[in-house]
Amino acid sequence: MVLPAKTVQFLRETGDVARFTGRFFSQWLRPRYEISEFVRQCFIIGYKSLPLIGLTGFIMGLVLTMQLRPSLVEYGVESQLPAMVGIAIVREIGPVITALIFAGKIGSSIGAELGSMKVTEQIDAMEVSGTNPFKYLVITRVLAATLMLPVLVMLGDAISLYGSYMGVNIRGITSFRLFWTQVFDNLDFSDVLPAFIKSFFFGFAVGIIGTFKGYHSSKGTEGVGRSANSAVVVSSILIFIIDLIAVQITDLLGFN
Amino acid sequence: MDELSIREPGLKKGGGEEILSVRNLYKSFGENKVLNDFNLTLYAGENVVVLGKSGSGKSVLIKCIIGLLKPDQGAIKVLGKNILELDREELDKVRAKVGFLFQSNALYDSMTVRENLEFPLRRHWIRVSHQKVDELVKDALEDVGLVHTINMMPSELSGGMRKRIALARTLILKPEIILYDEPTTGLDPITGKGIIELMVEIQKKYHSSSIIISHDMNCVKTASDRVVMLIDGKCYAEGTYEELINMTDPKIKEFFE
Repeated sequence: MVLPAKTVQFLRETGDVARFTGRFFSQWLRPRYEISEFVRQCFIIGYKSLPLIGLTGFIMGLVLTMQLRPSLVEYGVESQLPAMVGIAIVREIGPVITALIFAGKIGSSIGAELGSMKVTEQIDAMEVSGTNPFKYLVITRVLAATLMLPVLVMLGDAISLYGSYMGVNIRGITSFRLFWTQVFDNLDFSDVLPAFIKSFFFGFAVGIIGTFKGYHSSKGTEGVGRSANSAVVVSSILIFIIDLIAVQITDLLGFN
Repeated sequence: MDELSIREPGLKKGGGEEILSVRNLYKSFGENKVLNDFNLTLYAGENVVVLGKSGSGKSVLIKCIIGLLKPDQGAIKVLGKNILELDREELDKVRAKVGFLFQSNALYDSMTVRENLEFPLRRHWIRVSHQKVDELVKDALEDVGLVHTINMMPSELSGGMRKRIALARTLILKPEIILYDEPTTGLDPITGKGIIELMVEIQKKYHSSSIIISHDMNCVKTASDRVVMLIDGKCYAEGTYEELINMTDPKIKEFFE
């Protein structure tokens, strides 16, 4: 049976990503450890993304609250607004939206940076000087993305809930204390933990796809653009796929 | 046919110790046969220029030697090790002894000149002190006459300066063999001449051997101890510059006209 060319290309690339991921796991614990580059990447990937994540989170919390209010008013359960928004943000919207914005900002910058290093032969230069560019460029960035995204998700959730508190107060008066009590009373450990765990996977997906696309960038400036673009597209799709798998697993484990 | 071109390719008359050899190398990209039974030998202390037209496979040849490209067939021995049979770690050890100067310089543009030079050093000589690293960086920069650029970014340097810094980065590991990929391409004749003179000086100082890929006749004339003509994927002829310039073969003659 002859498969269509696009299918073959898709399968080949999937195989390449799997091999690339395998290479990551076979090398990440072996010395030499590029600690200073890892810390630098944590700063760039984590700290420098915070304003964007914070802003979008704040707006999202506020808008969500304002749009939910009329429906709740209709059923006379307006008082449940903080609880509903809290669960929605912590369980799903916070991690997924943060991860998508993270994919847009970090996935593209990793893809473009490594892509331009590839086409200007800087990766080859590291290779021929007998230093391992995979450790310096890939492992540091993937680890930083994996570890920083959960932190950003937590901070984003908190900022988002603050936005929600403001949203609640636009049409009514709720004290800060009452709002948070309502949110936390209705949140369970089983709401927070799965969301926290899946954000590690989201971060890993963004890191590995961004570095893979950049590392295998084809020659020329067009190749760099394509790497940056497909890093965002593929990692965004992967985020949804991981989300889908995560919800099935949490359902099986009885967390839903 | 001329006596020199019928001599078995890759063998030097008399010759010193053999430190690099390429035997029966084949490499093709799709239908395009770039290297077709190519042979080359490099002896300690000599500069060999590989001369050929653009697209004749010169860069492919040195990329095969350093292990960036895998040939389809053939054997490559560098410093006694068969490059094609080495694992990653052993290959890295050999690569540390072989410098490679890229045509595009390939300086790490997010790092300063100092960091560019320290990058290979810190990863190979793990137990070296900060003071020693500083000293080695300064020595390498002195060799290329650019100590004052130590804290500059590559984007702040001119083309010729970048080439010199790339050379300093190659020199910092004290390589036994240096592979130059078109070292004068893209430079004006005067800067190019400066780079060639620097290459000759460095060879004398470090007692290194070099393979220089070039089609710059000035470079061939000044830097070469021996010239290998890469035509149709083969070692078509070899000899000193003077020997080749007097050959009557039209394919060789067109290079020297």
